[in-house]
Amino acid sequence: MATYDFIFDGLGLRGWCGEKTNATMSMEDLLKARSGETTSLWDTPFPSLDNLHDACPAIAQTRGLTGGLENGFLAVKDSLKVVLDPITQPLSWFLNGALSMFQTVPWWIMIPALLAVVFVASKSWRLVALVASFILFLAFIDHYEHAMQTLAIIFVCSFICVLLGVPIGIAMSRSDGLQRGIIPILDMLQTLPPFVYLIPLIFLFSVTEPKLYGIAIILYAIVPVIRLTNLGIRLVDKDVIEAADAFGMTDRQKLYGVQVPLALPNIMAGVNQTIMMSLAMVVIASLVSAPGLGVLVLRGIRNLELGVGLISGLGIVLLAIILDRVTKAALARVNTSGQ
Amino acid sequence: MSEQVKISIQHLYKIFGDNPEMALEHVKAGMGKPELMDEHGHVLGLQDINVDIVSGKITVIMGLSGSGKSTLIRHLNRLIEPTDGEVIVDGEDVLAYDENNLRGLRRSKMSMVFQKFALLPHRTVLENAATPLIVRGEDREKALEEGNKWLERVGLQGNNNQHPHQLSGGMQQRVGIARALTSNSDIMLMDEAFSALDPLIRTDMQDLLLELQKELHKTIVFITHDLDESLKLADHLVILKDGYIVQQGEPQEILLHPNDPYIVDFISDINRARVLRVRSVMDPTPSAPDNVAGEVDADDNLESLIAKSDGDTSICYRVMSNGEQVGVMDMKDLVKALVPTSAAEGGVRGNY
Repeated sequence: MATYDFIFDGLGLRGWCGEKTNATMSMEDLLKARSGETTSLWDTPFPSLDNLHDACPAIAQTRGLTGGLENGFLAVKDSLKVVLDPITQPLSWFLNGALSMFQTVPWWIMIPALLAVVFVASKSWRLVALVASFILFLAFIDHYEHAMQTLAIIFVCSFICVLLGVPIGIAMSRSDGLQRGIIPILDMLQTLPPFVYLIPLIFLFSVTEPKLYGIAIILYAIVPVIRLTNLGIRLVDKDVIEAADAFGMTDRQKLYGVQVPLALPNIMAGVNQTIMMSLAMVVIASLVSAPGLGVLVLRGIRNLELGVGLISGLGIVLLAIILDRVTKAALARVNTSGQ
Repeated sequence: MSEQVKISIQHLYKIFGDNPEMALEHVKAGMGKPELMDEHGHVLGLQDINVDIVSGKITVIMGLSGSGKSTLIRHLNRLIEPTDGEVIVDGEDVLAYDENNLRGLRRSKMSMVFQKFALLPHRTVLENAATPLIVRGEDREKALEEGNKWLERVGLQGNNNQHPHQLSGGMQQRVGIARALTSNSDIMLMDEAFSALDPLIRTDMQDLLLELQKELHKTIVFITHDLDESLKLADHLVILKDGYIVQQGEPQEILLHPNDPYIVDFISDINRARVLRVRSVMDPTPSAPDNVAGEVDADDNLESLIAKSDGDTSICYRVMSNGEQVGVMDMKDLVKALVPTSAAEGGVRGNY
């Protein structure tokens, strides 16, 4: 009755397939059975799992695949958690610490402190004035608290991205094999829709734990800093490396004395990208209880509060401009002093 | 004059490709560079190189691009590993060195000057010059002091705190030379050190090198593609072509007795009067002829003698060295010596 019956009959596999139980006949099947029509060549369905299952119940249905994946994940979940929980616990502490610090320090200390950081990084009064006006504006419209939460998360996640990403990038630059292995993973991390990260993480960790969104942000944002560290070190002038070898530098001297300093502009460009991507992800992470401006955006969507959504969106844009300009100014300083 | 061999290169082969050992057998069986490329896809870099590099002298290795000269110099400090052969420095086989010994060799026995300067762009000029000592882990203050000394010695004052990109090419290469000198190594490898410089600055740098050499007596291995440069600098000249040595010896000797059409073509264009010395073309006889017009030094070049004689070919000069007569220079012989050995048929220049 099913399209592919003939294959199993022809191969003599009917016995292996088992008797068809027509208990779960669909309306479509019923109609077809009544009219007695056979499927025309034009309508031949693709021999997919579901269609083969119709002909031979021994073959699993597609929902068995997704179900199996789910069951498999649930089966290893507990043991995975035993390993992952302690490793990632510091992330929760960092995030909690940073969040509470950014919120408990009074605004009249916090804002000057942030401006001081901006000045140290950029040495530009114009940029300090720009950042001051943005932060004061956000504070003026009562978005200060949310903006600080977002900033706290970005600081922690970007810092950890750099901490992990730069050594991974260095290791990649030294081994072609490692590079071949890691690049597909990086490609996957970069192209996987951000929401998809959240699904297994929700299963692994409690939604109330900050590390849940911390991991999602780090996985998403770590890619550029790894890529650009690797690229930067590989692009260091071969002649200079040869000179370093000719004067008998050890690998360590070469790495810290030549390669990393010369790759610094590229690494900084990677850090800039990482910060921007963690800002993008922190908004999505509000779906899994990440605090900050993303919560307001989410509220705007859920409750169709147009004004709330737009204003918080504007706040994110302002934060993005601040972070981008400050890191770019720092990058420009690295570039001019490095050449 | 005892000539002590500092570096001895023996039967050195270098083949680039996936399976150099297999290719090496073919080469030793007499296969040439083009056949090896066509039949086995391997590039023959160096082929049976034997050179003795004498202590305290400038050995120039000359060849056109692709002749393997840069590959050869990189074998001396093993920036490139040979396929077969021996490199012996001060009686020790460099190829048997482990990583530590090799690093020691590079740190204290051999320094290198590069065509593209290869200074560290993020360090100041002074730090660059002090690099070899800093790499060795010596006291930073002392290293900088030493670097400063050599920077002044190569004629760079007041640029210490600039970065290399702020200097002109000639000045950058002075820093490169200062860096090599700071390491206080006996051996200096110079890989086309002056090729990237303007002609005038190049002449300046050559003079600087000769002047330094008069004082320091380093063992210098100098790579160049420029014949004039090699004749000016060389105590010992090695001419390389397609990875093998065409001829090596004293430059005057090569100039007067080229043993290969390739070299004949090469030297057909140079100003022989400036390069040839009286001692190479004189008649080495102690007896004095009657028509002696004066005395000349054995190391004078022919150009200066022509100027001295005012173009008169009928006269002779007594050739003196250290106050004694070592020969007689007939001006007629001098003029004959100026005629180059005729260019080879079908040689590099044969079709002109």
